[in-house]
Amino acid sequence: MMCSIQITKGLLDKYGPDRVLDTPITEAGFTGIAVGAAYQGLRPVVEFMTFNFSMQAIDHIINSAAKSNYMSAGQISVPIVFRGPNGAAAGVGAQHSQCYAAWYAHVPGLKVLAPYSAEDARGLLKSAIRDPDPVVFLENELLYGESFPISAEVLDSSFSLPIGKAKIEREGKDITITAYSKMVGYALQAAEILSKEGISAEVINLRSIRPLDRAAINASVRKTNRLVTLEEGFPQHGVGSEICMSVVEESFEYLDAPVERIAGADVPMPYAANLERMAVPQVDDIVRAAKRACYRAAPMAATA
Amino acid sequence: MAAAALLRRIPAARAPPTALMAARTISDSTAPLTIETSVPFTSHIVDPPSRDVTTTPAELLTFFRDMSLMRRMEIAADSLYKAKLIRGFCHLYDGQEAVAVGMEAAITRSDSIITAYRDHCIYLARGGDLVSAFAELMGRQAGCSRGKGGSMHFYKKDANFYGGHGIVGAQVPLGCGLAFAQKYRKEETATFALYGDGAANQGQLFEALNISALWKLPSILVCENNHYGMGTAEWRAAKSPAYYKRGDYVPGLKVDGMDVLAVKQACKFAKEHAVANGPIVLEMDTYRYHGHSMSDPGSTYRTRDEISGVRQVRIL
Repeated sequence: MMCSIQITKGLLDKYGPDRVLDTPITEAGFTGIAVGAAYQGLRPVVEFMTFNFSMQAIDHIINSAAKSNYMSAGQISVPIVFRGPNGAAAGVGAQHSQCYAAWYAHVPGLKVLAPYSAEDARGLLKSAIRDPDPVVFLENELLYGESFPISAEVLDSSFSLPIGKAKIEREGKDITITAYSKMVGYALQAAEILSKEGISAEVINLRSIRPLDRAAINASVRKTNRLVTLEEGFPQHGVGSEICMSVVEESFEYLDAPVERIAGADVPMPYAANLERMAVPQVDDIVRAAKRACYRAAPMAATA
Repeated sequence: MAAAALLRRIPAARAPPTALMAARTISDSTAPLTIETSVPFTSHIVDPPSRDVTTTPAELLTFFRDMSLMRRMEIAADSLYKAKLIRGFCHLYDGQEAVAVGMEAAITRSDSIITAYRDHCIYLARGGDLVSAFAELMGRQAGCSRGKGGSMHFYKKDANFYGGHGIVGAQVPLGCGLAFAQKYRKEETATFALYGDGAANQGQLFEALNISALWKLPSILVCENNHYGMGTAEWRAAKSPAYYKRGDYVPGLKVDGMDVLAVKQACKFAKEHAVANGPIVLEMDTYRYHGHSMSDPGSTYRTRDEISGVRQVRIL
């Protein structure tokens, strides 16, 4: 529960040392302790400095937290939140840049949220903490520094967002782009570029990776008939694969083009800035994929 | 019945045999007795408790009844497994009953217990019943986890028994978390986190002990040392098999885990220590007569002479 990024700044003064605790850098130990406290009915919020380190504690997240309610036939509920930055930062290399959305969203018994805007962060975190089940809350280090306009309603202390509901960030009629976290911003930029070329893109901010808002995604695809899935993580078995399958299962006849998947490159994250740029999706990649789905001639590879 | 009740007040030796008495009466006397434990306690950076344990005839008889029930339950589970009515994993506790029973006698239902997968008897000790235990083993709705957990996932939340865990060592940080909650709520209770000699080498144990010591959590780490981690003998798995000392800066006590009175005394001592000072390690020297699980005959890594030898010498 240490953080050099200071998300928890001020909380110690406000809530005291009984409730805001610095831990040693021992994820397996402190995560297990937090899950045990949750078994007893406390509501811990565990911070991983990044989700790369959650792998040291993943047995507790999955076997001790996610599965307990089912295995105990409802006797044990685990109202815990695991939060922290997820995905690529800038120049931190292969061991510090992985996106874990697909890994955790795979597991029954977990809820997985990925906020984009300040409104998302505030509303979803409150719901996550109030939720009686384990929630993995995937933030993004580069988004911490971004500012978002916010309404008075969002600033109200009772504001919260429901888990499992996506948000249509931008309405469109020609193509659907699904995204989460930092990629939502990129998708919005791509949509702006596409609109100047006569393609009206609908951008869905997933907000919730598990449960996925399949209804919203399918309703959008039924309207636009074309889909691009966008994520920063590795492509194989990623979030986009699940979204594609959901659309195939529920809205196959509505598709006018194959589903396009944009993901990070299938390599451990390189360090050099130019290589790193090529290893994560850029706005150009999104524009190109959208045009492909609309049968506009466009070169395939990122290097073209 | 009134005659029998009357006769019970007369010491059994003088009671005349009558048609109403089917058997000799069993003492339910609560007159205190003091009995010495089989061996003294060995301690690490703490003064050990006395070898003299206070008990009563009634308590001794409940010990006998409870341990016999547990023994019978495990043997019955063995038969059911061989009859293919229990599937999957089945880890039996026979030989270790004194740990479950002695611990329970020392504490209250407000204290918490968490263990690994050899959990049938702890469930019983915490107030679980035979029907729900067997139903769970056989995958029925009447089971304590409604058939969804199985042998390794018995729980009894209303008695503060938190399972039932299949991943070796995971239950120890979880147990320290239970202790955290007890301290947070200022409850003056403690948590007993049970683990085996195999799990004692797990890194997460040391992580949890470190945090427990830093935050002075009322965690009691109880190593049920049955000398084998699955099929590996302790001397082949642990460079230092003195598990009660492995806490290093955390005090420890080594206990004859087959002497129910020693277990009771040690657990009472440990609870008082933990609530006041923070974590303590108990090593219960015990033995399991079955193999690691029903898939393990238990005789490929130890001799039958060793097993029958323990039965004769350790008198449990």
